[in-house]
Amino acid sequence: MFDFLTSGQYDVLGAFWVTVQLTLYSAVGSLVWGTMLAGMRVSPVPIMRSFGTAYVNVVRNTPLTLLIIGCSLGLNQTLKITLGGEDFKEIGFRLAVLGLIAYTGTFVCEALRSGINTVPVGQAEAARALGLNFFQVLTLIVLPQAFRAVIAPLTNVLIALTKNTTVAATIGVAEAALLMKEMLENEADALFAVFAVFALGFVLLTLPTGLLLGWVAKRVAVKR
Amino acid sequence: MSGVSVTKDAEGAAEAADDLVVLSNVNKHFGALHVLQDVNLSIARGEVVVVIGPSGSGKSTLCRTINRLETIDSGTITIDGKELPSEGRELARLRADVGMVFQSFNLFAHKTVLQNVMLGQMKVRKTDQATAAKKAQALLDRVGVGTQADKYPAQLSGGQQQRVAIARALAMDPKVILFDEPTSALDPEMINEVLEVMQQLAAEGMTMVVVTHEMGFARSAANRVVFMADGKIVEEAQPEQFFSNPRSDRAKDFLSKILHH
Repeated sequence: MFDFLTSGQYDVLGAFWVTVQLTLYSAVGSLVWGTMLAGMRVSPVPIMRSFGTAYVNVVRNTPLTLLIIGCSLGLNQTLKITLGGEDFKEIGFRLAVLGLIAYTGTFVCEALRSGINTVPVGQAEAARALGLNFFQVLTLIVLPQAFRAVIAPLTNVLIALTKNTTVAATIGVAEAALLMKEMLENEADALFAVFAVFALGFVLLTLPTGLLLGWVAKRVAVKR
Repeated sequence: MSGVSVTKDAEGAAEAADDLVVLSNVNKHFGALHVLQDVNLSIARGEVVVVIGPSGSGKSTLCRTINRLETIDSGTITIDGKELPSEGRELARLRADVGMVFQSFNLFAHKTVLQNVMLGQMKVRKTDQATAAKKAQALLDRVGVGTQADKYPAQLSGGQQQRVAIARALAMDPKVILFDEPTSALDPEMINEVLEVMQQLAAEGMTMVVVTHEMGFARSAANRVVFMADGKIVEEAQPEQFFSNPRSDRAKDFLSKILHH
């Protein structure tokens, strides 16, 4: 029943490795972009606040498939943006990461913003009273405490991101979901077995993430 | 403590030239509430001014306007001859010279006690780490919490936290320190350990603005008592004179309520 795993015809591990890479690059990118968006949304500069709010509300409510296809058809095929990629494979991967960052960053931003609200206002006041500027107050005092408070919701975002990478299959990135589609066509008699293998693969990726970050969240929690 | 008291009338002219903090015609509203009404107050270098008054009289707000944690609607505030800038770099620079101690301590919860006292020195004054740590440790020793340096604020008692907060303010070498009800959140047995540190600072000539309900401190350490009610400064006097012989009815009423209990 699981012959397809040993036939040597399919590189399941290779496909999951692409999934892992998509997840890692997008996770780091979304963390950075989401933090910047959160910074904009709490900044004293009105135009930055407006941009942050508008961006989050538009992108968060756009289907991911639409964003990824938009990156491929719009950015690449129409505007000829390659993001420095050499061939079809590399360009597709980079565009998918860009789309995932643009999308996931909004969820990171909103999780972080709720974390910022858990930091007592006195913390920022004390920092301002010492003579720190807005950027220093945000990066030295408020965000470090906000991050510790939102590790659990950020874990949810990361798990969702891991599974969302399957959308990259729509623009031909050779990750797990694309391979699964191919295998489903070729191995129709082992349909449920194929499903089970890929489901298990994702659980193996996401379950340890959840457990590890749950432990981290407890360890770094700020005591008040 | 009587040695540091200033005879305001005799030295009035000399002091005017040496005023560190000057508030003139300061007004502030919270919505419809007029919390500061044409407030005028000058604080001389080395002077300890205690602000007292009933709840909601605007005394905390007054204290917080001096480093612009509260903005004002009209009037001017100058510190060491410079008008308080409204935003940005200039304001941050000025705040570094004005220490502040809060009612709820507000120590940085994710940093150790030592790091709390080092942060401002390193990030604002650009002191190197070794020098900052040395100075922080010396200040912590001075306020009597030197052995707690590596703990986190939540592991300390309220009195210890507030003394760390005073050390954090002192680390910036401020020209003036503002105390916004520094003992109001403390258990009674911890109030004295904080007041002692403040007494010591006052004796050493630090310029201080203290909003408090501690009449004992006002009596013993203040050069001048400012009594506020309903957003106005009702009475200013030396502590002896204010407590034994208040001029205004509002102050008499206030004192009769608190001194009988």
